[in-house]
Amino acid sequence: MGPVDYVLLLADLVVEVCCVVCLLKRRAFSQYFTIVLYLCASIAVGFGRYGIIAAAGFTSTAYLYFFYYSDAVLTICLYFVLMSLYSHVFSEMGISKYVRGSAMLLLAGTAGISYHMVATSTDKLITHFVFELSQNLYFVGVLLTYLLWGAMMKLRENRTRLMQLVLSMGVYFSAFAGSYALGNLYERAFIWHYICHLMVIFLPLSWAYTFMKVPEEARMGTATVLAPNR
Amino acid sequence: MIAIFIFVISALTLLQFFASYCHSMIAESRAYVLSEQGREIAGVTGRSIRGDQFRRLVQLIALCPEPGGDRSQVRVVSTYYGMLGLVRTLFGWMEPALARWIESERGGCAYVAAVMLDRRIAYNRVLMARQMSTQL
Repeated sequence: MGPVDYVLLLADLVVEVCCVVCLLKRRAFSQYFTIVLYLCASIAVGFGRYGIIAAAGFTSTAYLYFFYYSDAVLTICLYFVLMSLYSHVFSEMGISKYVRGSAMLLLAGTAGISYHMVATSTDKLITHFVFELSQNLYFVGVLLTYLLWGAMMKLRENRTRLMQLVLSMGVYFSAFAGSYALGNLYERAFIWHYICHLMVIFLPLSWAYTFMKVPEEARMGTATVLAPNR
Repeated sequence: MIAIFIFVISALTLLQFFASYCHSMIAESRAYVLSEQGREIAGVTGRSIRGDQFRRLVQLIALCPEPGGDRSQVRVVSTYYGMLGLVRTLFGWMEPALARWIESERGGCAYVAAVMLDRRIAYNRVLMARQMSTQL
């Protein structure tokens, strides 16, 4: 682990703390509680990772276990964020109970499929299960975000803040799912390690920007997002 | 096989989400009306700006002290502008319609840069006025 990694780890923590402050400043804490939950979990994980690196080292097994397990926990937190965004979009339809139920089923299904994939392979390491689970969770996250974006297009959703939150989630999930898949294909593709770091910074940065610059009452037509120069 | 499938789908959705995210930023800036001075500096004649003005505008943005918080937007739009340039170099010669679309997108990026520059100029004017009033 070089100085670049330390700088990125620190930058990630700073951006996340700033994002929590932005959310509190804009009084969006209760409305977007799951985002705060994710950010707090991510800050705690950041401190935990730093502590383990300091105690056991970057190449230790303890760090490897902690990294993948905490990543899976953070992905599940992001699922909650996605669920709350679904609830916001479908708030007028009153189907948030069904959305929550379906998301939980999907989460359990993904974990089951990941376990099955590892159980049938020759390599039955528990870390392999967590890696597989993270990759699949990110991919299901991509599909769910895509589905949500499609529904927003169809429903002609015009809340700018909600649009930017969903789009930034889409960028994050896609980049992570792609990088995990590439990590599966080429285990030594180190450049993706930095892309993951940058994406971890991008998500809270884009959230902070959205909460600071885009007011809750801002509206924008979906057609202008599809073709802004018209 | 599954990893290849996931990678291809993720790369495609990443491109689409990133383009839409940049579009949402461009569309948000379109609602902003540039001041007369901002239009003059940005070289705006009608309602649009030529895409090749983007680099000059970004250099001007770098010269102005920032009001805070818009640096990430500059980076995102610059990345999108760079990606468009790459696509134009690689595929623009094949299809003129694609080249036209890329040019209009680059024009959108330049408009965002002009809006940010205009905001920074307005911020600096306020700072200058405050400084003048304290000196008096």
